[in-house]
Amino acid sequence: MLRNVIRAAAVPRVQTRVALPSMARSFHVSSRSQTQNTNDYRANREKFPEDDLSTRYTPGRGPSVLDTASQTLLLTELIRGMWVVLESFFRPPYTLMYPFEKGALSPRFRGEHALRRYPSGEERCIACKLCEAICPAQAITIEAEPREDGSRRTTRYDIDMTKCIYCGFCQEACPVDAIVEGPNYEYATETHEELLYNKEKLLANGDKWEVELARNLEADHLYR
Amino acid sequence: MNRDLNGATHPLGSTTITEDVGIHDDGVDVTSRHFTINFGPQHPAAHGVLRLILELEGEEILRCDPHVGLLHRGTEKLIEYKTYLQALPYFDRLDYCSMMINEQAYSLAVEKLLNIEVPIRAKFIRTMFAEITRIMNHCMSVMSHIMDVGALTPFLWMFEEREKLIEFYERVSGARMHAAYVRPGGVSLDIPRGLLEDIHIWATQFGQRMDEAEELITGNRIWKGRTVDVGRVTAKEALDWGFSGVMLRGSGVNWDLRKVQPYDAYEYVDFDVPVGSKGDCYDRYLCRMEEMRQSLRIIHQCINKMPPGPVRVDDLKISPPRRAHMKENMEALIHHFKLYSEGFSVPPGETYTVVEAPKGEFGVHLVSDGSNRPYRCKIRAPGFVHLSGLDFMAKGHFIPDVVTMIGTMDIVFGEVDR
Repeated sequence: MLRNVIRAAAVPRVQTRVALPSMARSFHVSSRSQTQNTNDYRANREKFPEDDLSTRYTPGRGPSVLDTASQTLLLTELIRGMWVVLESFFRPPYTLMYPFEKGALSPRFRGEHALRRYPSGEERCIACKLCEAICPAQAITIEAEPREDGSRRTTRYDIDMTKCIYCGFCQEACPVDAIVEGPNYEYATETHEELLYNKEKLLANGDKWEVELARNLEADHLYR
Repeated sequence: MNRDLNGATHPLGSTTITEDVGIHDDGVDVTSRHFTINFGPQHPAAHGVLRLILELEGEEILRCDPHVGLLHRGTEKLIEYKTYLQALPYFDRLDYCSMMINEQAYSLAVEKLLNIEVPIRAKFIRTMFAEITRIMNHCMSVMSHIMDVGALTPFLWMFEEREKLIEFYERVSGARMHAAYVRPGGVSLDIPRGLLEDIHIWATQFGQRMDEAEELITGNRIWKGRTVDVGRVTAKEALDWGFSGVMLRGSGVNWDLRKVQPYDAYEYVDFDVPVGSKGDCYDRYLCRMEEMRQSLRIIHQCINKMPPGPVRVDDLKISPPRRAHMKENMEALIHHFKLYSEGFSVPPGETYTVVEAPKGEFGVHLVSDGSNRPYRCKIRAPGFVHLSGLDFMAKGHFIPDVVTMIGTMDIVFGEVDR
């Protein structure tokens, strides 16, 4: 689906024009012959004394006086430019009407975090604390102790979403695919406190986005 | 005739500035002071948080004093307290218009200290994305330069293209800007299926988009009036002030690190280096536009030559194992845990590694003491060096030309202030 979007956006449009004669393709011609003496500042006059008016328009170099005069008076380059603008005015716009239309996302997109569960409902995280160790922003805080049934689980799993830099190292480090960065990017809040995610919030995210998360991991498993 | 407080007469209706002109009590003539204004840090044309103190005579600039440091985050110091992998995301945030090239510079530096060679496919992927990054950066810098000078339209056109490139970033790394994709030892993941094809489709049409923008801008008399002969830098000045990149090539010095000391896959691709002749803002604009076309050439070649194979160096002490492997193999799991907790250690040594960033020579001076964290990481940002030359460039010009010059230097404060 994403590919189709890109392809639609990248379909070559109508080809219309060739280069303007006065357009400099070669870089060594961009100097004197083209120069209209517009900014003859004191600075330039002091630094480049050889560069004054008498040497600038050497006969036989560059366009003829007639060409220059007709281009100047007939506003050729301006009109040509305006024609391009007019052309693009009639093209379909590229704009996405954001809240109603959204851009496509790849399976690798790194958005809001979520803690996943196994299909049995058991949480995946085993409190190995690799994500806490690798996090460059030190946004993750984990506390753990053995549960009653003897399995090792977290008692606290906090992510400060205002510290997080969304580098994706936590999901790379996670050996059980528990912490993942999901496709959600619309979680702006009004207060800072709401962005201090705890374990309940992250697990709730995981439950909410599980279908997409599993699909993204599935789509990308060949590369990881 | 009017009579002012000193008893002097003035023609009717004329304005006098009594603040700066006057005679002291002891009879010493105090001539007019130069007018000093603050340009920025909240000026929209200051490209971020640049504060310039401009000393003016009339509208002519006598002195231009850039004040930097408003975006200082202590990146270099922070890197000393991170492992080599953890330091990588900081590089995205230095020059936030050319993310992957910064990562590439850092990765090349670490690889040099580790004395490893990345797989050929990783080299081509890096090169391709470095050139995509270059186009992204030039879309941003040239078009915002044009916008500062007064034309909004090409900015919007090129941002459409930039948006597509950002989408490629997102597909390959998962983030639209701060990719963390190029890693010491290769790249983090292989490029997904179909991406090369889409990049190819994009690249075939981008030349036309550039033609449109150039048709509107390059010959335009207003644009030429604002850029031709503005901010001229002689080749000697450019070398004396340590300029690099387009700021140096615009003045006629043929120096491109991709040619001079090819890194990654640049030795396998064919491209030309545009060189200016006069060293004014117009020449640099032309150089940047031509660089975008050359980048397009490199992208095409990379797509066509993209070899198969691994994208990370085959050394479990440096690059993490594949996930499937990690879940089945105990040894791989141990390596995974070691790499993501302690990180890899780098043999003691010192390197200064440079890449040709879109803005110039982006260098990373890395000192390792043999531990898993850099002992020192000095970052050489081209923007900082270019900004130091603003004073001599702006001297004798007018205030609007300062805006042109900031635009032509392509300043990004993430890297200037670090």
